[in-house]
Amino acid sequence: MHIVAFLIRRAVQAVIVMFVISLIGFSIQDNLGDPLRELVGQSVSEAERDLMREDMGLNDPFVTQYIRFLGHAVQGDLGNSYFFKRPALSVIMDKFPATFELVLASVFIFLTLSIPAGIYCAIHRNSWLTRFIMSVSIIGISVPVFLTAIFMVWIFGVELGWLPAYGRGETYELPWGWNTGFLTIDGIRHLILPAITLSSIMLPLFIRLIRAEMMEAMGTDYVRFARAKGLSTARVRYVHAFRNTLLPVVTVGGLMIGTLIAYTILTETVFQWPGMGFLFLEAVNRVDTPLIIAYIIVVGLIFVIVNTLVDFIYTLINPMVKLPGAKA
Amino acid sequence: MITWRSLLRRFLSDPVAIGAGLVLLVLILMAVFAPLIAPQNPYDLMQIDVMDSDMPPSWKPDGDPRYLLGTDSQGRGVLSTIMYGTGISLLIGIGAVFVQAILGITLGLIAGYKGGWIDSFLMRLADIQMSLSTLMIAIIALALFQAAFDPNTYAKYAIFMLILIIGIADWPKFARTVRSSVLGEKNKEYVDAARVIGLPARKVMWGHILPNTMTPVLVISTIQVAEAIMTEAALSFLGLGMPVNKPSLGSLIRSGFEYIFSGSWWITFYPALVLIALILALNLLGDWLRDVMNPKLRRGDE
Repeated sequence: MHIVAFLIRRAVQAVIVMFVISLIGFSIQDNLGDPLRELVGQSVSEAERDLMREDMGLNDPFVTQYIRFLGHAVQGDLGNSYFFKRPALSVIMDKFPATFELVLASVFIFLTLSIPAGIYCAIHRNSWLTRFIMSVSIIGISVPVFLTAIFMVWIFGVELGWLPAYGRGETYELPWGWNTGFLTIDGIRHLILPAITLSSIMLPLFIRLIRAEMMEAMGTDYVRFARAKGLSTARVRYVHAFRNTLLPVVTVGGLMIGTLIAYTILTETVFQWPGMGFLFLEAVNRVDTPLIIAYIIVVGLIFVIVNTLVDFIYTLINPMVKLPGAKA
Repeated sequence: MITWRSLLRRFLSDPVAIGAGLVLLVLILMAVFAPLIAPQNPYDLMQIDVMDSDMPPSWKPDGDPRYLLGTDSQGRGVLSTIMYGTGISLLIGIGAVFVQAILGITLGLIAGYKGGWIDSFLMRLADIQMSLSTLMIAIIALALFQAAFDPNTYAKYAIFMLILIIGIADWPKFARTVRSSVLGEKNKEYVDAARVIGLPARKVMWGHILPNTMTPVLVISTIQVAEAIMTEAALSFLGLGMPVNKPSLGSLIRSGFEYIFSGSWWITFYPALVLIALILALNLLGDWLRDVMNPKLRRGDE
């Protein structure tokens, strides 16, 4: 596959998805709540209202209004939040580091646990540990993430009192305005329970996936040939078989990004984690339309970027897809 | 082909399947007969008393024998609310899968049989929708629905909206399953024969191909009900699902959660336990059914 063609195809797809999302965002703005009432309240006469309506372009045809909306959106202007009285986009972006660090920590946890566990279960198919891991994983799949969160809060936060169960704790502001919880002990302590919760739901899925793919790879001619060539067992397992396992793991990982974002909303709600998901639910309860739209657009953008990135990584690590210029 | 008899025999020889089946049966019976067997009707204001609020389970020091699993902050018996709530969760789960199946089977048949641009368009749409995830689509759709209507209208239509939205958000799994079976079937002789005698495409699809794609549909249905119940519970927990005066298991957990901090763990714990038992039983049965019907079909395989 030619890399330029690939990039163009992905860019076109990304633009289409963003177009649909912006259309949804705009029709929400068009139908939900009255921007005029939010602006001036009830005290203004009907005639003045009509004048302002005309002035703000609220009587223009749908397409004209949509293009105006798009023009503002491209410049990062998604309107002011009704509640915070500041640009909706900057309200969302203030909460981004909290969500990002939570996701980063949980991805770290489930990758470091699921890869060895999945490989182990594929190699020692019938050991008692494998059977134990597999049966715990079906239970893990059946426990909704918000229940894991509640149990964590209840057991470790309330009953035992070992770890803080809500909020983000003390944060440290990095020079470019990013508030990080990674650099303070208090921040790390607050991160533990939410991060474990979020990773607990992905863990069983990944263990099962890695195990299944690894078992399939171990049975391929390619691996049998490597073994016949006299390569060491370790090399065959970890270099030859495992590399083929990585491909589907990356693809499924990319497909899980939507689910992961949904789970951050649930996790953040239980732990009162001041991230984007928690903010979104508050915005819904307050009918803060610009903030709802800003969240949907930012999440859509993250979704598109991650999917494109995953496809790109896939082409890089797939031995069967050759990009021009790469050595065989 | 598998007969009902051999299916029953295999069921009776698998202790995990029997256990899961029994749990599911007990929960379904409990939900269906809730109005008859529940100790009290928790939504009849005459039968509840605020004086009874916040009581622990009956075997605890302050417990009351009338309320086996304790009471919530309004004086409703937790056991009774669970019995009623399980019914609502099951109803939404099964209803949503019904919508999914109708949509998914129709679109899957068309995509597989017609092929061409219709097929690529539908499958591309399915890809995008699946990676957005059912839960995310449902959260956004219900958030907008809730923001657009006043709370009373919302409470009135919540159950239909949940069925409809979870149904529409998760059609791709059925569509993909049906489509791949159709691709395997459509070049077989009996389909050619039906076409040659001049039957219209509609009849060939629905009358001849569809019956042969039913096994995988049955297999995924069970797991889909588990997922739909889980999705509904998550939505209700976020306050986007069933209202407090007509709670599902998810809304019961939501209303109990704030009392965990004051030590009233039973209001949350028992509905949570029932929810997990329900989902686990359905998942185990689904896994068992999949192994029996089609050893090749694995979970996570699309």
